[in-house]
Amino acid sequence: MTLLSVLGVLSSAIFSGTSLLYTTLGEIIDQRSGIVNLGLEGVMLVSASSGFAVTAITDNPYLGVLVSILAGALMNMILGFLVISRRANQLASGLALMFFGFGLSAWIGRSYVGAKINGLPRISLPGLSNLPVLYSSLFNFDLLIYLVIPAAILVWWLLFHTRWGLGLRAVGENADTAYASGRNPLRIRYQALFVGGLLVGLGAAHLSIAYTMNWTEYMTAGRGFIAVALVIFSKWNPLRAIVGALLFSGAVAFQLLLQSSGIQISPFLLDTIPYILTILVLIAWGGTPKHSAPASLGRVYQGTE
Amino acid sequence: MSTEASAIPQFKEISSPDPVLEIHDLTKRFPGVLANDHISFEVRAGETHGLLGENGAGKSTLAECIFGYYKPDSGSFKLNGNAVSFDNPTDALHAGIGMVHQHFSLIESFTVLENVLLGYRPSSEGLKSSNVEARFTQLLEVYGVHIDIDARVSQLSVGELQWVEILKALIYDVDLLILDEPTAVLTPQETDRLFQALERMLSEGVSIILITHKLREVMEVTDRVTVLRRGKLVGTVNTEDVTMTDLSRMMVGREIETLCRSNQVVNGDPVLEVQGLRALNDRGQLKLKNVNFTVSEGEILGLAGVSGNGQKELFEVLVGVRRGEKGEIIFDGKNITGTLPNARISFGIGYIPDDRQRTGLVGGFSIGENLILGRQWEPIFRRGLFTSQDSINKFAKESIAAFEIDSPSHHRLVRQLSGGNQQKVIIARETSKSLRLLLANQPTRGLDVGAIEYVTRKLLELRDSGVGILLASEDLEELMNLSDRIAVIFKGEIVDIIPCADANIIEIGLLMSGAKSGSQ
Repeated sequence: MTLLSVLGVLSSAIFSGTSLLYTTLGEIIDQRSGIVNLGLEGVMLVSASSGFAVTAITDNPYLGVLVSILAGALMNMILGFLVISRRANQLASGLALMFFGFGLSAWIGRSYVGAKINGLPRISLPGLSNLPVLYSSLFNFDLLIYLVIPAAILVWWLLFHTRWGLGLRAVGENADTAYASGRNPLRIRYQALFVGGLLVGLGAAHLSIAYTMNWTEYMTAGRGFIAVALVIFSKWNPLRAIVGALLFSGAVAFQLLLQSSGIQISPFLLDTIPYILTILVLIAWGGTPKHSAPASLGRVYQGTE
Repeated sequence: MSTEASAIPQFKEISSPDPVLEIHDLTKRFPGVLANDHISFEVRAGETHGLLGENGAGKSTLAECIFGYYKPDSGSFKLNGNAVSFDNPTDALHAGIGMVHQHFSLIESFTVLENVLLGYRPSSEGLKSSNVEARFTQLLEVYGVHIDIDARVSQLSVGELQWVEILKALIYDVDLLILDEPTAVLTPQETDRLFQALERMLSEGVSIILITHKLREVMEVTDRVTVLRRGKLVGTVNTEDVTMTDLSRMMVGREIETLCRSNQVVNGDPVLEVQGLRALNDRGQLKLKNVNFTVSEGEILGLAGVSGNGQKELFEVLVGVRRGEKGEIIFDGKNITGTLPNARISFGIGYIPDDRQRTGLVGGFSIGENLILGRQWEPIFRRGLFTSQDSINKFAKESIAAFEIDSPSHHRLVRQLSGGNQQKVIIARETSKSLRLLLANQPTRGLDVGAIEYVTRKLLELRDSGVGILLASEDLEELMNLSDRIAVIFKGEIVDIIPCADANIIEIGLLMSGAKSGSQ
């Protein structure tokens, strides 16, 4: 295996892992406030399709990203209305949101299948321009990639070092206690879903506007569910999510490399490598007695009436 | 703790004391329950005002209405003479009302400081946590409490948790502090310390509402007391004008039978022998270190201890739902250490868990179904692979009559019963078989006086019929009245076992707090 192919795996891991990391960060915020959003897949699809459509129409990828972000937040608000105001079951509502997203995104994107867009421009780092083009082109990233790790650090700081984050985590642990301490659990959960939706929208924007630069129906291909798994994998910690997203997308890139190298193993089996890796890591980490899941995750806050 | 407030005590002596809080005609209804029925009373500046009543009398609901946690259906409040209405606890906190809730309102996975910050509202001091930290550290010092503010709440003892709750409330500028059953989980010594702290708060100009059902506390620390019974106001009296008997009559509405202490010397054969028992809790912490004791036929062995010292784990290991790490459980001379719960049930062991709703009963099942839970394989309740509805119905009807369960039908869901009737269902199930040993973990918790009388009478009947009973209770007086011997548990060890005739409450309190080690 050459240096070039190793770097290739790393580069492709970063490209495909970015949308996964943004989405995971969004879900961490949702879940820290006590809400499981199983509708991520649908939220991503609606964001990705609307962002792509706007980019195709206006030829402005930044406007596309903006629309994508807002679409994500809006989709999450639908979930919020169901599970916060209407006190509906979170899992059922999330799945409903997902199927709604499948349909809506197919409709939004129907006339843009195969459309060409000018995606987010690549910005090359000054130091890399001295390298041979073959190498430097691997590390010409777009803006959203450069921003993803700062975003993870920002989310970590918000959750663990601000009063807002303290209140949000308190609601996820015990909403009644948070209420008695003078916080408003309903408002906090809406805020969490809104901010979480913005991040999921960013992830979706990166997928359709920067990474693949096209739209096909169901293009997320399970990324939303992988993000839910990564939240658990990262133990609801944004910094750990960086490692998780890179590891997972690295494994995907690695098995693609294996397939293209003509190795005599069925590609169907190779496809399972990332998932086997995930299971192995969960086995290694899973048994620790210290529970890190928010204590009232998935529980409906009934209020005091 | 403002300067105006500290002037109030002197002012009080000159003219008639102003009320801090006036409650007028407050009514709060829950589905099917009238929790507070047109309650009116006032709390004067600088006083400790007792709020007395049995479990279920509506004390906590009233307090949560004052604190804005519940919204009353009708009625009005005045705070320092001004009409106020609180939509939520935030409003009450801003108005200068602090509250220590009956059940800990702390986030387990947070540190002490994070919990304090959670409730702290932003003010002119800014959001900086260092200000809050400094202020809380100062409060800890003033009240002589030694707690690491960076420790996780889940690592603190129950007594420490209570101090965090109280001092957390004081970090605001409170004019009125509501304490809801603050001593329920404290040892007698910790209770004394708390009452000294209340004195200090009063001298700082804080008025206090103390909610309790313990008459002695009312007599000891309150200036006036308001008594509630079944949601209704009985009256407000000056504490110095009344006796404990007067108050208990106001609270219960009739004379209560006092049970005499046991003086019997037990010399039956041992039913249960526990040797060197060691066990972990769900988090993997060592909760039982080395537990040894014996329960004899016809004996009640009381288990005293501050909650969280291993009682829960001990009962679970004895019942068989938790595996011990080490040690032996001998029942009627047979080693039953490795046996499963259903085997132990069939040997004649009964269990009354501390958590009725979660462990003791299935709320969505009928009375009849709950009465045979765990016994559904017994031939009389079976017809081949199926249950025999006829015999289950018959058994249910008999039990309802024999155990005075107040329900129109045995088809009624257990969830719809009152706490006392739920407990009767458990007692009926556990005792209507040939019983040798009864494990009763806080069987009277949360019950009203009538139900408590019933439960204690049953326990004494069973004892007299030769059953061995292990009884844990947080009410030391009850324990002293019922037990033949008292075992004190502290940090997973039985520190001493004392015959009840020789025991006194102060000594037991010291043992419970670990301040004194026993003679064992």
